Amino acid sequence: MIAADISAVLPEIVLSVYAMGALLLAVYTRKDEVAQMLVWATSGMLVLVALWIALSVQDSRTAFNGMFIDDGYSRFAKVMILASAAAVLFMSQEYMERRGLLRFEYPILITLAVVGMMVMVSAGDLMALYMGLELQSLALYVVAALRRDSVKSTEAGLKYFVLGALGSGLLLYGASLTYGYAGTTQFAGIVTTATEGELSLGLLFGLVFLAAGLAFKVSAAPFHMWTPDVYEGSPTPVTAFFATAPKVAAMLLFGRLLHGAFGEAVADWQQIIAFLSVISMFVGGIAAIGQTNIKRLMAYSSIAHMGFALMGLAAGTALGVQAMLVYMAIYVTMNIGAFAFILSMERNGQPVTDIASLRMYSRRDPLRALAMLVLMFSLAGVPPLVGFFGKFYVLTAAVDAGLTWLAVAGVIASVIGAFYYLRIVYFMYFGEETEPLDGEVQPVLTVFLLASAGAMVLGVFNLFGIEAFAAAAAATLVQ
Amino acid sequence: MTVPAIAFYCFAAGVLAGGLFTVISRHPVHSVLWLILAFLSSAGLFVLLGAEFVAMLLVIVYVGAVAVLFLFVVMMLDVDFAQLRAEMAKYLPLSLMIAIVLLMQLALAFGSWSFAPEAEDLRANIAPPLEETHNTAALGLLIYDDYILLFQLSGLILLVAMIGAIVLTLRHKEGIKRQDVLSQMYRDPAEALEIKDVKPGQGL
Amino acid sequence: MEEFFATNAGILVIVLAQTLLVVAFVMISLLFLVYGDRKIWAAVQMRRGPNVVGPFGLLQTVADALKYVVKEIVIPAGADRTVFMLAPLTSFVLALIAWAVIPFGDTWVLADINVAILYVFAVSSLEVYGVIMGGWASNSKYPFLGSLRSAAQMISYEVSIGLIIIGVIISTGSMNFGDIVRAQDGNLGFFNWYWLPHLPMVALFFISCLAETNRPPFDLPEAESELVAGYQVEYSSTPFLLFMAGEYIAIFLMCALITLLFFGGWLSPIPGLPDGAIWMVLKMAFFFFLFAMVKAIVPRYRYDQLMRVGWKVFLPMSLGWVVIVAFFAHFGLFGGAYARWAVGG
Repeated sequence: MIAADISAVLPEIVLSVYAMGALLLAVYTRKDEVAQMLVWATSGMLVLVALWIALSVQDSRTAFNGMFIDDGYSRFAKVMILASAAAVLFMSQEYMERRGLLRFEYPILITLAVVGMMVMVSAGDLMALYMGLELQSLALYVVAALRRDSVKSTEAGLKYFVLGALGSGLLLYGASLTYGYAGTTQFAGIVTTATEGELSLGLLFGLVFLAAGLAFKVSAAPFHMWTPDVYEGSPTPVTAFFATAPKVAAMLLFGRLLHGAFGEAVADWQQIIAFLSVISMFVGGIAAIGQTNIKRLMAYSSIAHMGFALMGLAAGTALGVQAMLVYMAIYVTMNIGAFAFILSMERNGQPVTDIASLRMYSRRDPLRALAMLVLMFSLAGVPPLVGFFGKFYVLTAAVDAGLTWLAVAGVIASVIGAFYYLRIVYFMYFGEETEPLDGEVQPVLTVFLLASAGAMVLGVFNLFGIEAFAAAAAATLVQ
Repeated sequence: MTVPAIAFYCFAAGVLAGGLFTVISRHPVHSVLWLILAFLSSAGLFVLLGAEFVAMLLVIVYVGAVAVLFLFVVMMLDVDFAQLRAEMAKYLPLSLMIAIVLLMQLALAFGSWSFAPEAEDLRANIAPPLEETHNTAALGLLIYDDYILLFQLSGLILLVAMIGAIVLTLRHKEGIKRQDVLSQMYRDPAEALEIKDVKPGQGL
Repeated sequence: MEEFFATNAGILVIVLAQTLLVVAFVMISLLFLVYGDRKIWAAVQMRRGPNVVGPFGLLQTVADALKYVVKEIVIPAGADRTVFMLAPLTSFVLALIAWAVIPFGDTWVLADINVAILYVFAVSSLEVYGVIMGGWASNSKYPFLGSLRSAAQMISYEVSIGLIIIGVIISTGSMNFGDIVRAQDGNLGFFNWYWLPHLPMVALFFISCLAETNRPPFDLPEAESELVAGYQVEYSSTPFLLFMAGEYIAIFLMCALITLLFFGGWLSPIPGLPDGAIWMVLKMAFFFFLFAMVKAIVPRYRYDQLMRVGWKVFLPMSLGWVVIVAFFAHFGLFGGAYARWAVGG
């Protein structure tokens, strides 16, 4: 019994033991001098665990009395989370080092946040869900404020903390109402009490508050207000991290909760999710137009993308979940590339985030400009790039589930959203040159940028077979 | 009226009064003291429910440690609470509205509250029956056996909180002499002292 | 008559009488404890100590108490009057209510509750409020500094006290004082008690008690040389008396705790002699004697040393001990000396 339980959470155990060991090592040796080594080691560790999870073939199993679920869905999520976290960590080392931000706690906190995310996507119980969520959020609050001498960074940390706590509060309130009605916190138990059409009012309130709390965490409108400020204020590598792994974890947790605990009452939550989806797509698309700071722009972009991913969830079918998984995978890949570019933007050794500084970038560095062009087109969903297929998938799922109006709204929003992505492209290729960006671009960042852009082009053929994996994963969640 | 009923009303009144005065008292230190009263009264309510272990934990953790920290912070912070209060007054209508909406929702939810037909069985699945073991032992079994995963995860969360507090506040300033007890104890008079012969009127 | 004691009013009368009995015992002991403290201190310093009021000066404390009571209560201008008066009351009342669960003999206890040890721990963790409130409400710098020091110190040492207690709880399997004492019963008398298996922790517990009750050598809060008299500077008359009384009662409570946890409570040390409350009182008196001797002999610690000892020495040691005890108890090592669950369950 206990051996089976432990073998199910072994990846998490290994990672947390690694984090604690690294902490001890760093504290008892020369502190920040090991930080660089720790960053390499941590990225390596994350990649190893990702490979381990990806290659282990297992049936779905539950551990700790159903509190922890290890199935295809959670493994798909974990591989995505681990790989993107490793990539971002790998990219950030040089940037942090140069700004004097590289402290040995940074990789350790990232590792613990990743453990939290892994628990989130595997949660089979409201309490496990909350524990994972808090573990993740608490670590993220701290890394957001890592540049503690900067007002903006501390403000970002504080805002993130206060609003995150509010989100957690909503979530807990919903969880307690749900528990009060169902008499259990386990998803497997809740699903037996929540049946289509006859949801008790108490349970409905619980569901609404749970959804609101999770919407905070995925930064879906109208619970998105923290996102732009936090993205802008945090150190750029941290922003890159925020835009990738935690988004995946929260979105997949959303899927797990809706299908695992309320899977028999799809009609009851469908309109809530559809509403969140529409608002997010439009708020993200319209508010991004006026932005001049590329980090804020990426924040609104992520809000809009979350809207599209939620569209997949709103479908409430296995196809919808599959579309959401594919969409998240594509989104994460694109964002890693985009942030690899943003991390390299600097002038006189200072990081620059102003969009106007990109004017005529194509003349300075045609290759990187081209890669960025591909990424921007892909983010905007311009065919025939991979980003288009992601959008196509969720739209198909929505139409399939009879949500045609939602799909139409999605198409309109994506046209609006295309404007600001194309504006960046416009700046890079046209317009007049002002103070150009200078500074050496690290090869690591170029490699990630080109790899991501390349994937957007080459993936057109078969999306690297990710559909099949996503379909299998979705099948384990939605029976 | 039975003795437990009298005790219940006393504690309940304590909680309510404590909560009310925490919000409305003029001085923040008084607020914290009222908060402590609320904590203690709720501990009393827990005792009445037969959950004496939780009651004691509430007192030890919240009153004995958390509220002490609150008191420290409130006493030492140089914050103009009158000004804060004035700011708060601006948002009073909005917050009142939210409170009323929440209250209405609660009334709605509890007014037509029903338990799932399966709820009774599902709940009984987890907790061992109270007749068999008393509640401290039952809690121990649940926390360290069924919920060991959650217990360890909360440990990790606390670890993160600790790392975070240190990361955000600890600064190693240069050029500060720190106490190093061992090196102080192992100082040898033969090395630490130097005897110089000072000639009158010359100095060193 | 027996019918009357079965009614609600009768039960109330019994409870009141029992409570008064315990309070009377504590208050009378208090009179002689203060006297004994001063006599021992004087003897170590080769003075005569109190010797004027009553035979051998035995009534000196009574005279002092009377003197405090009849004097005028001075409340400083600018003090927070309510909190200022509340502080000594808190300190005194909290010290007294902990006695509700202390057993003096088998079944000789006011409230025989399951979580007795947690209750004592909870109440003693509240005692810090008397100090903080007193220091803050005086609206004066020295008392405030004194109270901050004191609060930090009491919280720090509470941690190791709690961990040491956990070791005993693991050994017994119960948090009831009666069970803890009965678990120490055996054929060997003195050598059956927990002090032997938990030997290192007895020393740690004693020292932590000194710090927890602000006794020398850890009387930093009232370090006369730096802080005049710590948080009590502005207090006079009856409030001051209450502070003093509360402090001594808390010390005596700690003596009772040591006795119950490690030295067999009311059990007789010599096999064959009958057990009884007298042993309990004798043991408590003995530990008070130790408290007094320490006060007389040991010089005061510096504040940073105090904190260092608390956090870097006591905390790791007691935490490690919990793990070790759990290990010993689980595997029943040392002839089951660490696992006496037959009593507690």
